[in-house]
Amino acid sequence: MTSFDQETLRQDFFSLFGLQRQQGLDVGQLELLYRDIQSKVHPDKHAHLADSDKRLAMQWATHVNEAYQTLKDPLQRARYLLQLGGHDVRMETNTAMPMEFLVEQMELREAVAEAKAAGDADPLDVLHRRLKKDIRAEYTALQQALDANALERAGELVRQLMFQEKLIHEVDDALEVIER
Amino acid sequence: MALLQLSEPGQSAAPHEHRLAVGIDLGTTNSLVATVRSGMAVVLSDELGRSLLPSVVRYAAAGSVEVGYSAEAHQSSDPKNTIASVKRFMGRGLTDIAHSESLPYDFIETAGMIKLKTAQGVKSPVEVSADILRALKERAEAALGGVLTGAVITVPAYFDDAQRQATKDAARLAGISVLRLLNEPTAAAIAYGLDNAAEGVYAVYDLGGGTFDISILKLSKGVFQVLSTGGDSALGGDDFDHRVFCWVIEQAQLSPVSPGDARLLQMRAREAKEYLTQHGEAPINAKLSTGEFVDLKLTTEIFAEISRTLVQKTLGPTKKALRDAGLTPEDIKGVVMVGGATRMPQIQHAVEAFFGKEPLNNLNPDKVVALGAATQANLLAGNRAADDDWLLLDVIPLSLGIETMGGLVEKIIPRNSTIPVARAQEFTTFKDGQTALALQVVQGERELVSDCRSLARFELRGIPPMVAGAARIRVTFQVDADGLLSVAAREQTTGHEAHIEVKPSYGLSDDEITSMLKDGYNHASDDAFRRALREAQVEAQRLVEAVQSALKDDDHLLSILERAHIDSCLTKLQTVLIGDDRRAIDAAMDALSKGTAEFAARRMNQGVRRALAGRKIDEMNL
Repeated sequence: MTSFDQETLRQDFFSLFGLQRQQGLDVGQLELLYRDIQSKVHPDKHAHLADSDKRLAMQWATHVNEAYQTLKDPLQRARYLLQLGGHDVRMETNTAMPMEFLVEQMELREAVAEAKAAGDADPLDVLHRRLKKDIRAEYTALQQALDANALERAGELVRQLMFQEKLIHEVDDALEVIER
Repeated sequence: MALLQLSEPGQSAAPHEHRLAVGIDLGTTNSLVATVRSGMAVVLSDELGRSLLPSVVRYAAAGSVEVGYSAEAHQSSDPKNTIASVKRFMGRGLTDIAHSESLPYDFIETAGMIKLKTAQGVKSPVEVSADILRALKERAEAALGGVLTGAVITVPAYFDDAQRQATKDAARLAGISVLRLLNEPTAAAIAYGLDNAAEGVYAVYDLGGGTFDISILKLSKGVFQVLSTGGDSALGGDDFDHRVFCWVIEQAQLSPVSPGDARLLQMRAREAKEYLTQHGEAPINAKLSTGEFVDLKLTTEIFAEISRTLVQKTLGPTKKALRDAGLTPEDIKGVVMVGGATRMPQIQHAVEAFFGKEPLNNLNPDKVVALGAATQANLLAGNRAADDDWLLLDVIPLSLGIETMGGLVEKIIPRNSTIPVARAQEFTTFKDGQTALALQVVQGERELVSDCRSLARFELRGIPPMVAGAARIRVTFQVDADGLLSVAAREQTTGHEAHIEVKPSYGLSDDEITSMLKDGYNHASDDAFRRALREAQVEAQRLVEAVQSALKDDDHLLSILERAHIDSCLTKLQTVLIGDDRRAIDAAMDALSKGTAEFAARRMNQGVRRALAGRKIDEMNL
């Protein structure tokens, strides 16, 4: 193993960028750091060098891309933090979701499908605004939970947000179909 | 006549340090080769000053191979052996090709990539493309007076893995070292962005002879980041020609038409289309082999009407690309038009209407891709000064997935992921003592395997025999900076690396390529061997310089023993380099490469640390 394998794989994504291991993150700053590192390791900077340099550059650039994509998205960032904290959010195995939440999600899904079929954009706009507001509040709560190291609570919020992000995507898609 | 190479002010003037690298636009209709000279990207012309090379190859019964204008002249007299628009056949099966009945070629129905029967035997589209690339390579070496270090070859952004691999294989057959496969819209964005010092979010609308690409890019402080890309790899200017061709047949009530006459009418159709860009009416006159005369007038209105659905077809992928990027047409600062077909007035109107702004036409749509590619080639070859460069972050256009139970697709890498990208997935065996595993990889967005494009079958062999379910095989799917997939597999409990056999669905096998390469050598003269030796020497010299430069800067990262080992590998290579034993040169290069692997890793770590430290200092100074 070269020092790439040993050192780099031991670090977590936060320390790769020299950032604090926490949910609060300045995405603009992350973007600049990402570019700085990619400018050094990207295969394009090593295209005229030996095969071993090229291979190494590809490993590095791939790793940096993964780190960036994970940290950039607040939901993925939270999941990653939970993973680092030894708390794995497994959607498939952990069914500890409040029943009322699940029922509400199902009802909302049906409402979206109906509005889409009827070509009715208004209820979708209303739902979109409401979901955006709920999601924003939950991300705030999520950050608080993670900062307080309340990993169980954070895990719950992550699972909820996964449902809601999916739902808001469906609303977007439905609106897009209607507006076409 | 070899031209003087003037280096950029501030750069080293040592002639052997300027590496000859070119950008190649391997187009459906025309191809170009360009290079950077004295800091400027220029397209290279042939002896008659023509910059375009028609992508037409003729395999005459007499045995000659003609490429370009001379081949094009024989299209209607020798239609079966004069292959045009071969790009539409790369990585494609017969069922993929639209209107194959109206094409005069002798297609051979075979599994995988189609083949063509010509007077000089069966040809793969890869071989035909290689002949075009070879002609461009000769043009470049004649103009630049030396051996090429490498080339950046452009491909449509929407090309799938098979189409890309076919392009790389063609380059290999042509003896070209590929520095990078570059997406055409990205190449255009480089040319445009650097030319105009552009900042902001731009769309590149690229309608070529046979392919359509739409890319959304963010240009910011020397970083070209592709946000999303979409397109249709079977939609282009050729299809507009075909509409006119069908209109002619209908209007003149002709049927059936001989292959030669079909070709003739298709050429007239294309000429009429191009004529209409500047005129309201285009005459279509032709004398057929039957003695019949065709005498029609195509107007702008009729042309717009018969091609309306084609124009519409470009807007679907455009909307999707915007959605994928999370943007609206209003968010786009400018639309760069690329490809000769964008000259058509109805395309200009449609783009203006959709984006709500006039498209950007200030760069020559025929040359912009080659110029962008040349600029990148110059950079990749290591010619540009360190502080004078920029970064390209591109994406894969199609999701990659594997076939699972019941013909379903499990997506491994989503479309528009920034490359290079990798994902790992764990598998296990279902029979006791099972030593092999097969994976079917597909590309596409659908849920059923049958609705996606089969990429290849990967057979993992040499898995240590175990109880069923005990093996933990970690398969890593890696997409490199060229957008090509490679697969590696390792059994975790034993650490054993599996041997991977790739069976591409629409590509050439390693054996086929090797045999094509051998054929090339058999027909070549001693010159070919001398040339291969020269190319090895150039590559070896490049490596020597790269290592020497690294040692000059970062010798402190090595212990005395490690330095001594690298020095001895270096000396060995420098010694064999001046000889004529190609194998010895390859072996010495390999040894030096292995000997500097750890050194490279340390330098990379150092580079990353410095980059982060530099950013921190910037922040403190704000």
